[in-house]
Amino acid sequence: MENEAGALSRVAGLFSARGYNIESLTVAPTEDETLSRMTIVTRGSDDVIEQITKQLNKLIDVVKVVDLSEAGHIERELMLVKVRAEGEWREEMKRMSDIFRGRIVDVTDKTYTIELTGAGYKLDAFLEALDKGAILETVRTGASGIGRGDRILKL
Amino acid sequence: MELTGAEIVVRCLAEEGVEFVFGYPGGAVLNIYDEVFKQNKFKHVLVRHEQAAVHAADGYARASGRTGVALVTSGPGATNAVTGIATAYMDSIPLVVISGQVPTAAIGMDAFQEVDMVGITRPCVKHNFLVKDVKDVAVTIKKAFYLASTGRPGPVVVDIPKDVTQHKTEFVYPKKVSMRSYNPVIKGHPGQVKRAVQMILEARRPMLYTGGGVVLSNASEELTQFARLLGFPCTSTLMGLGGYPATDPLFTGMLGMHGTYEANMAMQHCDVLIAIGARFDDRVIGNPEHFFQDGRRIIHIDIDPTSIAKRVKVDVPIVGNVKDVLAEMIKLIQASKEKPDQPALKTWWTQIELWRARDCLKYDRDSSLIKPQYVIEKMYEVTRGEAYVTSDVGQHQMWAAQYYKFDQPRHWINSGGLGTMGFGMPAAMGVQFAHPEATVACITGEGSIQMNIQELSTCKQFNLPLKIILLNNRYLGMVRQWQEFFYGNRYAESYMDALPDFAKLAESYGHVGMKIEKPEDVEGALQEAFAMKERLVFMNFITDQAENVYPMIPAGKGLSEMILV
Repeated sequence: MENEAGALSRVAGLFSARGYNIESLTVAPTEDETLSRMTIVTRGSDDVIEQITKQLNKLIDVVKVVDLSEAGHIERELMLVKVRAEGEWREEMKRMSDIFRGRIVDVTDKTYTIELTGAGYKLDAFLEALDKGAILETVRTGASGIGRGDRILKL
Repeated sequence: MELTGAEIVVRCLAEEGVEFVFGYPGGAVLNIYDEVFKQNKFKHVLVRHEQAAVHAADGYARASGRTGVALVTSGPGATNAVTGIATAYMDSIPLVVISGQVPTAAIGMDAFQEVDMVGITRPCVKHNFLVKDVKDVAVTIKKAFYLASTGRPGPVVVDIPKDVTQHKTEFVYPKKVSMRSYNPVIKGHPGQVKRAVQMILEARRPMLYTGGGVVLSNASEELTQFARLLGFPCTSTLMGLGGYPATDPLFTGMLGMHGTYEANMAMQHCDVLIAIGARFDDRVIGNPEHFFQDGRRIIHIDIDPTSIAKRVKVDVPIVGNVKDVLAEMIKLIQASKEKPDQPALKTWWTQIELWRARDCLKYDRDSSLIKPQYVIEKMYEVTRGEAYVTSDVGQHQMWAAQYYKFDQPRHWINSGGLGTMGFGMPAAMGVQFAHPEATVACITGEGSIQMNIQELSTCKQFNLPLKIILLNNRYLGMVRQWQEFFYGNRYAESYMDALPDFAKLAESYGHVGMKIEKPEDVEGALQEAFAMKERLVFMNFITDQAENVYPMIPAGKGLSEMILV
């Protein structure tokens, strides 16, 4: 979409005004500074997804809409999790982070902060695998997506 | 030479060929008004409330086919305009609304008369702009006119901070503007058009369902030719009236919640439905599940892809401008060796005529009270069906739509989508500016008219000889009707008490006032009023309080489940 003030609120407003749900939404400028790219994760029947696609296309600031889930695509989300790292937790948390190919990016006597990247379900699985009592804080970026192979979204 | 932002605004409007700007001054637009004062390219019409400015611009746009322009100040000026903007948005009317804004440095500071106009109007505009740099004023206004008038038309708001109107820059008005993210489709997809024509020629019980898109795309001629070529029955939505001549035998009347028996029955029982510039809204097809109990194939022509497959599944979607698509179809039909099945069509027409014989719009003509339907019928006769008629919202609106037979497009002007009470008189002002010599009438109720009655003052200032037809039943009639049907006759707050003497009120504004209380006086009074070409005449008809609008499809019911007289 056009990298203009207010473009994000037009999209967010469309979803709330028409009762579509947003599971996540990420947006940032692209290598072309006049454009920003947004990845929205939403759910709905085929009819609803068709309407969402059409309604998004109707927004003047939206340049192009692609349903990534129509074909092979890669989806990645970044999560930071602050966990307890005291006593027996300390070794356990390091092990869990390794299993999920996370990275510990901040360490104190009592906590680790683990960085984890992957599709949403992988991040969910990591949180499931941790003892609930160990989790102090989580923050997730929401998914970014891109088509597989030579499928390219570009103007 | 460098010009100020305010000068540029005024120059842009002149470049666009704007004839009238409807507006109201205030702090944030003083620089613009100073330039309005100095120019003579367009006329400024001072209204008495910003809502009326937008409705007047809207009425002007609907009657002329051009883009209407309103100018309002920041804060309350802007918020007062919002109802007008939403009204135009729901009916796809091309408007450019310029609103003042507090100076850029004050934005976000809760400054005096500050509101986030772009935020407030975002869900009810086609697009909006906040212009933060004087260098962007001209190109933004160019874009605003382009967006408002092309594709599916709609209102565009341009919010301009006061300091931007003071800053200076070189003025260049772009001849053309293109936007990479905005490319409205005009021609229908040839393959789809062919498929549609094939389906049309195979139809045994066809129906043409036409809407506001026919009027907006100036496709009346094409539609008329198309229908007559095929001999198909035609109905129209509230927004489409006049798009097909109402006195033509192929026309079955309006459809929907207060549509005719024949139109609704034919909609329900047709085998091929051709939807043309219409959007299957809830007031038109009632309950979609009931609608689909009877199978039919649907062809849907609309310029807006989001209108297609929104409420109903269609077999042949055609995205395109109604006028262009119909022209293409006419060519294909004329070139085709196949013709519609005449015996089948004849049987279908026999059925429709049986439904028509039900005479669903009959009413008690011997009543000692003035029947509102009678007033409209007489008014239709007195004006020979040639008046521009605006309406407000409620029972009177439905009676006007049912009993005034519109043979020409852009003559019936009402708030169909949003249903805005208070629309009628300011819209009629805009219509009269668009057509100074024409007869312009506003059919209204005593509830609606009081929502913008201050505009009687504007009418006096600009000598607008409107004819106000007030069907005064001392009730919010449509609310009362629902309360009678669905709320056990509990008339909660629908009685209109303490009404003014409307005739005297009109006189105090310098107009002619009339009060008509007997059926036998109706025709004479109308003749007298419409003969006064130079004066606004406010006609207060005291009508039967108990009259209801029939037929009626209760909310949630199907098209064939009408309540009849």
